[in-house]
Amino acid sequence: MTRDTSSVHAPQFMTGDEWQIPTFALLRQDGTLHTGAEAPALTQDQALRIYRAMRFTRVLDERMLAAQRQGRLSFYLQCTGEEATVVGATAALRDDDMIMAQYREQGALAYRGFSIDEFMNQLFGNALDYGKGRQMPIHYGSAERYYMTISSPLATQIPQAVGYAYGQKLDAEGRCTITFFGEGAASEGDFHAALNMASVHQVPVIFLCRNNGYAISTPVAEQFAADGIAPRAFGYRMHVIRVDGNDILAVYQATLAARRLAVEHNKPVLIEAMTYRLAAHSSSDDPAGYRSQQEEAAWREKDPLARMRLWLEHQGWWDDDDERRREEQLRGEILAGMKRAEREPPPPLASLVSDVYDQVPPALAEQLAALEAHVRRYPDHYPRGAVGLSDGDAAKAGGQ
Amino acid sequence: MAHMNMLQAINQALDVAMDSDPRVICFGEDVGGFGGVFRATSHLQEKYGKARCFNTPLVEQGIVGFANGLAAQGHKAVAEIQFADYIYPAFDQIVNESAKFRYRSGSLFDVGGLTIRTPYGGGISGGHYHSQSPEAYFAHTPGLKVVVPRNPHQAKGLLLASIRDPNPVLFFEPKRLYRASSGEVPEGDYQLPLGEAEVVKEGGDLTLVAWGAQMPIIEEAAEMAEREGISCEVIDLRSILPWDRDCIAESVFKTGRLVISHEAPLTGGFAAEIAAAIQQRCFLYLESPIARVTGLDTPFPLTLEKEYLPDALKVLEAIRASVNF
Repeated sequence: MTRDTSSVHAPQFMTGDEWQIPTFALLRQDGTLHTGAEAPALTQDQALRIYRAMRFTRVLDERMLAAQRQGRLSFYLQCTGEEATVVGATAALRDDDMIMAQYREQGALAYRGFSIDEFMNQLFGNALDYGKGRQMPIHYGSAERYYMTISSPLATQIPQAVGYAYGQKLDAEGRCTITFFGEGAASEGDFHAALNMASVHQVPVIFLCRNNGYAISTPVAEQFAADGIAPRAFGYRMHVIRVDGNDILAVYQATLAARRLAVEHNKPVLIEAMTYRLAAHSSSDDPAGYRSQQEEAAWREKDPLARMRLWLEHQGWWDDDDERRREEQLRGEILAGMKRAEREPPPPLASLVSDVYDQVPPALAEQLAALEAHVRRYPDHYPRGAVGLSDGDAAKAGGQ
Repeated sequence: MAHMNMLQAINQALDVAMDSDPRVICFGEDVGGFGGVFRATSHLQEKYGKARCFNTPLVEQGIVGFANGLAAQGHKAVAEIQFADYIYPAFDQIVNESAKFRYRSGSLFDVGGLTIRTPYGGGISGGHYHSQSPEAYFAHTPGLKVVVPRNPHQAKGLLLASIRDPNPVLFFEPKRLYRASSGEVPEGDYQLPLGEAEVVKEGGDLTLVAWGAQMPIIEEAAEMAEREGISCEVIDLRSILPWDRDCIAESVFKTGRLVISHEAPLTGGFAAEIAAAIQQRCFLYLESPIARVTGLDTPFPLTLEKEYLPDALKVLEAIRASVNF
């Protein structure tokens, strides 16, 4: 059934251009508020927690990209330019609301206190990595921080977030789920499936689209013909807001309001954050082949960190000394953490077969036994796998 | 014990599961007030409310994506895909997500509470898109369990075990047997083991293996062979993944001959895996080549369905050829 509407007696087409979606913005680039704008009620502690997480993310990304370039790390992927979107949205949630992210949202983990060692253990896939060295760098997960382990396939987390939030609604504990994704991922079928199901079942979920201009090399003009992602919400009769994604105050305020709709009224919300991926897609990508330096420079002028820092300075909550100290401290801690993670052994060979099921099936246990025997015979050929096997056995087998 | 058909047994299993655990949630296309196109979920919404048994929009990838999230959150998600022929839009969610959820997170998160029920198989004049047997696609995916029941008693016990198993399970229901298969089913709550085959009939000359809707076919073939003086041991594999290699190997050690039958096409069908594993295990005990009696390597047909299907006569011919090799 559609809503009752008047009928017409000649064909009348609509394109959606009838709807104009404004962009919610509070903060100018110089750190002052737009005329008539009111800052959200953030305490100094809250504001500094946000800024420190954003700064941490920026420094982490710089250091780890450099480590990748030095060959210490196989792969890396930066959040640079999108820190306000990710950290601002996370700050508006309860710390036990679920986050189901895409892969560029390390700022959310930083905000929730994921430690440098926890980041490094995942990046280096060592024995202490929660994921046991099974996924590429940046596929973080933390049950303690309510951050679902990252999965590479795009958009799969979006309908999962709807199911997760449905469970939260049944449990009635006043919690919600936020799912992050890029404007490119929003082309996937899973996105549309998810929005429709969330709206039909009235689920406490926030869909946060980071419209950062590019899906690897594909610009938005080749990704969709409409006015961004936001108008899609109309098709599902869902609350939607477009926000300046580089404006920390606007992102925070918009997500705070979205959370109220979700948790208090079981209304799902779509937030389209307009931002820009200042870095390459990943360490394997070079944007020089598909976008201009002028374009990048123009967006660098809209840096979300610079904007928030100026606002903090206007409040008298942060100054140059704080900035320098924070930067130096972070660089030192990250470097030390990286060295610690590099020294850790790889996960044991037996971790290849655990967690496929809750218990290792007999046929898989046989496969592991055969592999262990093989590695024992050729320990030099499999140096990582041989680490976990006892030295005596390896030496004896190696001598055969 | 009560006499009932397979649909009634499945409906009872869902009822018992929902009654015994408030975190069991059933959903899918038409499963709500209508009770499913085959009526497997009849009366569940009336009994347990719309929050626990409901219709979803018509979007398989959404149903399974939603189910993955609900299971990760800690509920027992029992999703129905209306026909196995329509499971492919959800292939990514099943193969890349359900199957890898625990492994990729190092067991921080899992979707062990997930069960996907779906009717499969031919013999109902369903053509390409209401007849397929896609179990082999999923058997190639570590992390999943794949289960197929052969009769009402098995269906109830295996479905209850699947819903409660701490791993994601695909439960393929042989829709040709939904109403055709009836029998005695225990009242109340019971489970049958996953990952274990069952020797349905003992015999000494040849081992016959199948699962689901193919079981009555090979049982009929075994009776026909019996009249010719050939004694067949009949085994229901029950779980395709993980599968019970020991049970089949034990039987083949005794009989020296093996015939496997499934409706799905020959090439890459699950019989190929069984044949490879058993010849490795039982090589010196084999008296004849392991034979497969299956569908053709074609899409599922319509008018010539009877000719396409691996019926009892084709199985009997394979038994004779094996014995006379």
